Amino acid sequence: MSDTATTTGRPSSVYVPSAEALATVLAPGARPPRPSALGASLTFGWRAMLKIKHVPEQLFDVTAFPIIMVLMFTYLFGGALADSPRDYLQFFLPGIMVTSVVMITMYTGVGLNTDIEKGVFDRFRTLPVWRPAALVGMIFGDVLRYVLAALVILGVGLVLGFRPDGGVLGVLAGIGLLVVFSFAFSWVWTFFGLILRSEKSVMGVSMMVLFPLTFLSNVFVEPGTMPGWLQAFVKVNPITHLVAAVRAAMAGSSDPSNTMWLLLWSAGFVAVFGTLTMYRYNRR
Amino acid sequence: MIMSRRTTGLAIEAEGLRRSFGKTRALDGIDLRVPAGTVYGLLGPNGAGKTTAVRVLATLLRPDGGRARVFGHDVVEEADAVRSRVSLTGQYASVDEDLTGAENLVLLGRLLGLRKPAARERAERLLAAFGLTEASGRQVKKYSGGMRRRIDIAASILNTPDLLFLDEPTTGLDPRSRNQVWEIVRAVVSHGTTVLLTTQYLDEADQLAGRIAVVDHGKVIAEGTPGELKSSVGSGTVHLRLRDPAQRPEAEKLLGAALGVAVQPEADPVALTARVGGDGSDLVASEQAARALGDLARAGIVVDDFSLGQPSLDEVFLALTDHPAADERDDQMEAAR
Ligand SMILES: Nc1ncnc2c1ncn2[C@@H]1O[C@H](COP(=O)(O)OP(=O)(O)OP(=O)(O)O)[C@@H](O)[C@H]1O
Ligand SMILES: [Mg+2]
Repeated sequence: MSDTATTTGRPSSVYVPSAEALATVLAPGARPPRPSALGASLTFGWRAMLKIKHVPEQLFDVTAFPIIMVLMFTYLFGGALADSPRDYLQFFLPGIMVTSVVMITMYTGVGLNTDIEKGVFDRFRTLPVWRPAALVGMIFGDVLRYVLAALVILGVGLVLGFRPDGGVLGVLAGIGLLVVFSFAFSWVWTFFGLILRSEKSVMGVSMMVLFPLTFLSNVFVEPGTMPGWLQAFVKVNPITHLVAAVRAAMAGSSDPSNTMWLLLWSAGFVAVFGTLTMYRYNRR
Repeated sequence: MIMSRRTTGLAIEAEGLRRSFGKTRALDGIDLRVPAGTVYGLLGPNGAGKTTAVRVLATLLRPDGGRARVFGHDVVEEADAVRSRVSLTGQYASVDEDLTGAENLVLLGRLLGLRKPAARERAERLLAAFGLTEASGRQVKKYSGGMRRRIDIAASILNTPDLLFLDEPTTGLDPRSRNQVWEIVRAVVSHGTTVLLTTQYLDEADQLAGRIAVVDHGKVIAEGTPGELKSSVGSGTVHLRLRDPAQRPEAEKLLGAALGVAVQPEADPVALTARVGGDGSDLVASEQAARALGDLARAGIVVDDFSLGQPSLDEVFLALTDHPAADERDDQMEAAR
């Protein structure tokens, strides 16, 4: 066995394992204390950001898609549903922001599904860290994407003439509520991402859930004109509560009842789907 | 310099481990006793159940039956205690291919509780020791096969584990990269880490492992030191190539007499093959071969090429079972048994 130094060679030189160099990294040091649950989750969140840095194409979903949604619906419905696209925008922008961001949550499931097929999750699952950390961290990374999407939509809205009465604080509060809900709602998709076999089926299920959920709500029109059975659904739909709360915040008022319902739904999603997800995650 | 704090007793103790996937019995009652501080080889063909065994022992998969302890901790009941002492290098890359080599190591260092500067420093030293400093800023998906293996193993020893699982660490590597991995494994075990290594190559298990379990169809069909396994099969095969094909019949006779076994003429008119050893040790086989070569030389027979080969995994399998090492398991045959 050669003891040739491994690090001093030119780039093209062949690696020769050196017993000495290996010895320095193999000496057992004191084991550091296990990271806290939050610390581990944030570290996994850092991984998600590194992935965005290396694969920036993945931000296409959170930028192009929302822009198209805003432009399309503003000009498509604006004239018919309100006096002008600009008037409609005051009502519609919070709704389309919610729709876009909630739609983007499904990429959490798709991403997890592809990620978990690779060996790196085997390594994560053999680490002695708080078990949900890998998933929580992943969703932290996604939250960043949600914020980005919301800001893009806000930007487009402002250009088109959206003038929220709530000002900066109101808008921030609205985005905050949206992000809280989206974080909670993401756990639905981590669950499906774990139980379904392929990325395609995760997409399929997500669409089947998301389309009715976002369209059968108060996003596009006030529910007053809908038939009674539909109104009944729209009323309990969490998206309706979310849109109402976000609209109120951005308009400078508040809507305690809808905000409360929205937070209850969020807590419910985390409790139910977070638990199911962790059960599946541990039992694979 | 063996760190004795980690090298006493049994690293792995498994009894009757079973795990099925649908109708496939991937593990069909595996027993293992792996002494701490050694390299233990799990040898078997594709589909034997090696990966499944490793995943159960590394707490990634629950067994359907049986039990396993790692350093005395049950892999199901005390999974967290097991996790704090083991590391896994999976059969397929178990690092994040989108991230760079350095980022992968810093990420793991942080997850193991190191602060950022300490994690960075540890990553740098590991990269240097594994000859990856040049490549540290490159995404792992752009690494060569050998570099991938190295970053993977570097990631696994980041926490200096007491037990390291290496699932087919050299499959698909060229001879040079394979030798590098072997050197690394030797260094790791010399520092007191127990290594459970799976492989399809007897040669590799022989080079590295103190003991080997031969696995087939989810069962251990033989266990012992490499020497024991090989002598149960015969020490190997002698291959000869003569200069003059006309001398082959005479060479065949001399060789047969010296080795005491039947000699097979091959299709090539100058080639001869014979099994040697049988019940003897390696030394005896080489002595026998040396004597045979001497006899040939004295008879004026020119030998151009001579080799004493080890039995292949296939020969081990033929000897241990009545079937060759099948590439894929045949579940219908399985059901019929
Ligand atoms: N997740 C799974 N789902 C279904 N079948 C599986 C799964 N994992 C393994 N198997 C089956 O179990 C058997 C044992 O597989 P395993 O991967 O443990 O073999 P192996 O010895 O590692 O093979 P290889 O040398 O090809 O890696 C095979 O028949 C395989 O098809
Ligand atoms: Mg395998």
